[in-house]
Parts: sequence; C-alpha cells; structure tokens
Amino acid sequence: MTETVHVSGSLRNRLMITLIGGAAMLAVLLFVVVRSYAAQVAQQGQDSILRASVISILDAAVLRNGRVEIDIPYAAFSMLSTTSDDRVFYAVHQDDVLVSGYDGLIDPATIQGTPARFSTRRYQGTPVRLATASRVLVGATARSRITVSMAQTQDAMAGTLNRISRNAASLGAGFFVLAVGLSFWATSSTIGQLQRLTTSVARRGPQDLSAFAKPVPVEMLPLVSSLNSLMGRLDHSLKQSEDFIAEAAHRVRTPLATVRSYAEATLHRVDRDENRAALRSMIRAIDESSRAAGQLLDHAMITFRADHLDRQDIDLVALVQDLVLRLTPVADMRDVELAIRGDASVPYSGDPILLQNAIRNVIDNALKYAPSESTVDICVTGGPPCRIGICDQGPGFPPDEIATLATRFKRGHNAEGIIGSGLGLTIAQDVALAHDGRLVLSNQTEGGACVTLSF
Amino acid sequence: MKFLLVEDNVELAKAISSRMRLDGHVVDNAYKLEDAIGFSETGEYDLILLDIMLPDGDGRSFLKRHRSGERDTPVIVLTARSQVSDRISMLDLGADDYVTKPFDHAELEARCRAVLRRKAGKRQSVIALGNVVFDPVAGTLTVAGVVIGLRNRELRLLEVLISTPGQIFSKQKLFDRLFSIDDDASENAIEVYIARLRKHLEGSDLKITTLRGLGYRLDHD
Repeated sequence: MTETVHVSGSLRNRLMITLIGGAAMLAVLLFVVVRSYAAQVAQQGQDSILRASVISILDAAVLRNGRVEIDIPYAAFSMLSTTSDDRVFYAVHQDDVLVSGYDGLIDPATIQGTPARFSTRRYQGTPVRLATASRVLVGATARSRITVSMAQTQDAMAGTLNRISRNAASLGAGFFVLAVGLSFWATSSTIGQLQRLTTSVARRGPQDLSAFAKPVPVEMLPLVSSLNSLMGRLDHSLKQSEDFIAEAAHRVRTPLATVRSYAEATLHRVDRDENRAALRSMIRAIDESSRAAGQLLDHAMITFRADHLDRQDIDLVALVQDLVLRLTPVADMRDVELAIRGDASVPYSGDPILLQNAIRNVIDNALKYAPSESTVDICVTGGPPCRIGICDQGPGFPPDEIATLATRFKRGHNAEGIIGSGLGLTIAQDVALAHDGRLVLSNQTEGGACVTLSF
Repeated sequence: MKFLLVEDNVELAKAISSRMRLDGHVVDNAYKLEDAIGFSETGEYDLILLDIMLPDGDGRSFLKRHRSGERDTPVIVLTARSQVSDRISMLDLGADDYVTKPFDHAELEARCRAVLRRKAGKRQSVIALGNVVFDPVAGTLTVAGVVIGLRNRELRLLEVLISTPGQIFSKQKLFDRLFSIDDDASENAIEVYIARLRKHLEGSDLKITTLRGLGYRLDHD
C-alpha cells in the first residue's frame, strides 16, 4: 500500500533558502555600508589635510606693491606626504591669473571666497582630490584676490580603502557563515518537530490507532488534531468491518456446521455404499468451502499485515511448540507424530501472528499428506537466516510442478482427494517474503516433501 | 462422557448433540448464557462445549465466571471466527482449546481426549475387565500386569468395542469412528487394526471375534 504522494517543494529547503538568502543580503548590505562609511571617513581625512595645506599657503600670502608674495611653508607640502608617494599639484592665482604652480588645475573664476571647497576630478590622467580656497588681500594701494588650490592623487586612500574593504568583506563573510549555521540549526529544530511526529506515526503497529498524546507545538496542533480525528474514524470503520466479517463468518459457518453435523450423523446410520459415498462427498464439499473461506480471509489479513509488520521479539521454538501442541490431537487421529528438533531457543524479531499462520499452514499440509504412523519432522535452527524445515514421509511434491506450487490456487496433481484450497503455501510464501525471507520446496532423497522457511 | 453444549442456534445444537449421542455421549443443551450458568453450577460434566456469540451475552464472560469459580471442568470453545486473533483471548480467558465451525466430530473428540488427558487424575475413567485394565485417557492397556502403549487408532477401536462387550459393530461403524472424512482409506483398513488389537490382547481374558459379513465383537471369557 505504498502510494505515491505528489511532492511540491520542501519546507526545509524553503526555510533554508529564505534564511540563507536573507543572510546573504544582510552580509552584502553590511559590506556596502561599512565600505562607504570608511570611504567617507578617509575622504574627510584627506580633505582636512588639504584644507590645512591650502589655508597655510593662503595665510602666508602677502601683497607687496600690488604683487602677491608667498613664502610657501614647508609644512604645506610635508603634511601631504603619504606612504604611497602620492603626487601633489598646486596652483596659486591672483585675480584669476596663475602666479605659481600647475596650469589648468582649476578655473579660478568659479571659486569664491573661503572656506575651502572640495571636488574630485581628473588631472593629467589621474583622479585627484582638489581643495580650493581664496582670500582677498588688501594692500596699500590695491586689493587683490588670491586663490590657492591644492590637489593630491588618491593612491594612499585607495590602499586604505582596499584594506578596509577586505576587512569588511571578511566581516560580511563571517556574518554569513554564522547566519547559515544558525539557519541550519533553526530549520532542523523546526523540522525536527515534524520528523518526531512522522517517526511516531511510522513506528506504530498496524493495530495502533490511538490518538497522539505527546505535546506538540501550537502550530502543529491543527495537523495533529485532524490526524487524530482521521485515526478515530479509521479505527471506527475498521472495528465495523471486523465486526461485519465476524458476523458474516458466523452466519455462514453456523448453518454449514449444522449441515455437517447432520450429514455425519446420517452417515453413521446408513449402510448402502452409494449413500455413504454421497454423504462423504457432501461433507468434503462443506469442508472444502469452509476451508477456502477461512484461507481467503487469512490471505487477505496477511496481505494487509505484510505491509505493516508488527515485529516483536519472539522465540521461534516456543512458537512452533505452541502450534504443535495445538495440532497434536489432529495428528494423533491419524497416528502421525509431530517431532521438533534443532536449537533449544531461536530468538527472532518478526510478526508472531503472521509467522504462526505460515507455519500452521505448512504443518497442516504435512499432516494431510503424511501416511499414517509416520513422523513429521520439524527442525528449527537459529540464524541468520533462521530456518524452519518441515518434512513429511508422504508422496512428496510432483517434481515437474515444484516451482509453481506456491502460486495462488495452484495444487499438485497428486492432491486429488485431499481437502485444500491451494492457498496454504501461498500464505507461507507471502509471510516469508514479508520478513525478507523465502520459502523453498524440495523432496527428500528418501521420499517425502520438505518445506523450508528461512528469514 | 457427559457434555454440556452451550449453543444458541437450536438447529446446530440439535445436530451436534444427535451426532454426539451416536458415539454414546450424554449431552445437555443450553441455549442461553443464563441456562449455561445454571447447568454448569448444578450438573457434573466431563466437558463444556461453548459457543462465543450468545443472545444474552458473550461466551467469554461465561468463561471468566467459570474460571473464577471452584469448577475446573474443561471448556472447548466453538468459534465461527477466524482462528488467530481470537485464539489468544480465548486461551487467556481460560478455554482449554477451541474448534472452528464447521468442525469434524472426530477432531472434536480428539481434542476432548487431549484436554482430558491434560487434566487427568481428576476422574477415574479406567475400565477393568477380567485381567485387562484399559485407561483411554492415558492411552494404555494393561494385560496381566504388563502395560502396553496403544496407538491412537488402536485406542479408539478398543474404546468402541469395550464400551459394550458382546455387541456386534459393523465394519462401517468402526471405520467411521477411526477415520475422518478426508482419509482416503478403504474399509478393509479396519482389519489391520483388529489384527493389532488381537495381538495386544493375547494372553488376556478378552478376545475379538469376527462375524463374517456382520462385523466384530469383543468377548469376555
């Protein structure tokens, strides 16, 4: 009864993807924020040095006879020295005319007054940061506007920024790894609740349809309560069909039993051979039909249980002894002895009801075919694989049919005159297969059939 | 033997008891749980045959009550249900065995015998005739102090013959007692068992006489 369920996505994957995706986005965001903040700080650092440099040059400017004179302080350049040998450009303009420095660094017409202005531009093919400030000098005869510009390449700052970026990237990666770990933990602890429920459903025996009593998280409550209600309904309908089968069996078997008892009583009273033969056929027919009905029910029960083995720790020897005790009166009637040999105890984990049914069917068969005053030999040995061999001294299996005898409703051609349904060996084989084992039919060299169940 | 048959289906009860009376048993019929309790508390029975589905209650409650009382009369359950699952509860409640309807009377008798053998010692069912002592429950025959073990069919044959010494039993009657319906033996197979019994009875006060065309008779010197 393994049915295919359509799978659409996975809760675990969805949770993982959401959590890990979120973590990745956060990590990237963290990197970007840290990097841009660092860039901003570094730029501010460079700017304040440039400003200081520009201001110190401006401060050194004096107007003498209408001409500007600047004694550029040494510190104005030394303060700009970096480890990366950044280049420095400067320009001094007096009333928009370049007095000293590099030409084309700025257009002084655009610059108005202090404080310093900053801009980033390219100069001589290199990106530079430019600080410009101007000041109006008033001399004895004239007033003049002095504009000082100072530009610096950004190699050192780029290096610093790269370093900070690397650190920020490691920080982001570390955060990401930590978040992924946390997602795994959170996902499995959430899914774990579901899995615990699944295991407790799967572990149940076929008869266990009781409600779940263990506490579950509030989100799983609707699922568990609908599961419980389903179980309740299933239990109810199973009980109903069990009752129905019991009632049906009762109704069919009771009149059959009446007919059989009367037929037997009549058989004892009649003497004519043809009447006796007729009565005997009648009784055989009754036995045949009641046996077939019983075996069909057993077979249905086995097919159902085989999918949900109710494995228990049992002793196969005790199980066989129990069966032999039950079958001894029937064996006695025909003076057949049931002998058990083999190990004293064979522990095995299997479904006792199924195994009992299988072994009973095989012993039943042996009893039917065993000649009077013979022995049916039952040998139980421990494994793995555990083996139960049941050998009689009857006619044995027809060699040409031995491969097909365990097929449903298949009976040997020498089975005529012996009541049977053709399901006994099928049941035994199904039970063996359900226990990952097998059923082997063979004939003994000295005559007689042997059925070996191994699992 | 004296049986109490608890079975609510009147037809079936009549059929079973008429069949059992043919074997010389005494059968009381109880059709309800109430009657069953009354009978079992007042009468002495060798065995109780109990149906599980009864109109005024479950046969299991009878079993429980029966087991909790002083009485230890063995109970064989007649069930119409499939064996396995019911069996456990039945034996747990104190039934000694069970048969599934419809049942072979020979099998029922064999089961009764097995149950009584397990409970042996309570009741003396030994038959002593001349220098022969026959214990059908233990399955032994003692001839002039020598104990002989009997096979099941020999035992059942002797049981029939010794029940009424001097009466003639036809081959057919004896065959019906010894072989079940699905045994494919011929009626002449009886001769084998008669011969064996004769051998066991050598040197005793009993002998089996063949009456040609009529059957066999156990004679006591």
